[in-house]
Amino acid sequence: MAVRVQEAPFGAGDELDKFTAGAAGSGAVVSFTGVTRDAEDGSLDHMLIEHYPAMTQKALEQIEADARARWPLDDVLIIHRFGVLRAQDQIMMVATASRHRVAAFEAAEFLMDYLKSRAPFWKKEVTQDGADWVASKDEDEQALNRW
Amino acid sequence: MQVVYFAWVRERLGLAKETVETTATTVTELVAELAARDERYAFAFSDISALRCAVDQELVEFDASITGASEVAFFPPMTGG
Repeated sequence: MAVRVQEAPFGAGDELDKFTAGAAGSGAVVSFTGVTRDAEDGSLDHMLIEHYPAMTQKALEQIEADARARWPLDDVLIIHRFGVLRAQDQIMMVATASRHRVAAFEAAEFLMDYLKSRAPFWKKEVTQDGADWVASKDEDEQALNRW
Repeated sequence: MQVVYFAWVRERLGLAKETVETTATTVTELVAELAARDERYAFAFSDISALRCAVDQELVEFDASITGASEVAFFPPMTGG
C-alpha cells in the first residue's frame, strides 16, 4: 500500500515490476500511467502542476480507502507528480492487485476517475503563446456517477 | 483562521494565503465577506459555480460550517490524473 506525491520523476515500468513482485498471491495486476500530452500543434513548453500539500496525501489516501472498501484488493499504488513536466513525462500512475481481474480493472478506473476531479491538483499549460489553466471537463465529473 | 487559494484563484488575488478574522459561520458567508472587500476579491469570487472549497483539508459544499475551522481553501475544480 502506497500513496506518493512527489516532484521527482518516477519510472512506471520499475514501479510496476516492484508492485507486481509484492503481489505474488494476487494473480491480477492492473496499472495505468498518465503521460503529459503535447499541445495539438506541438507548442507545449511545459505543464505546471500545482497542488494543495496539506490536503493531497490525505485526499489520495481517502480515495484508496474508498476503493479498498468496494473491491477485494490486495494492494494499491498511487503516484502523482507535481511541479514542471515536459511532453511525454509520466505524470502519475495507479496500480491495483487483486485475486480477481474484474476487481483490479474496476478499482483502477475508480481510482483514476476520482484522481481526476477529487484530488487537489491543478494543471497549467505553458506554451510560447502564454499560459492557461486546464479547465475541468463535465465528463470527468459525470464519470463519478457510475460508481 | 487561515484562508488559502490555489491556481487561478490565487493568481486573481495575487495571494496564496492570508489570516482572516471573521464572524462568518459558513463558507458562503465567508465568501460574501471576502467578495465585499475590493474589486480583486469580487472578481475572484464572482462565479461560485466555478469554485470549490475545502474546510480543514476536506472538500465541502459552500453551505458547510466553518465554526472552529482553522483553514479554508478556495480553488477551481481539480484537474488531477
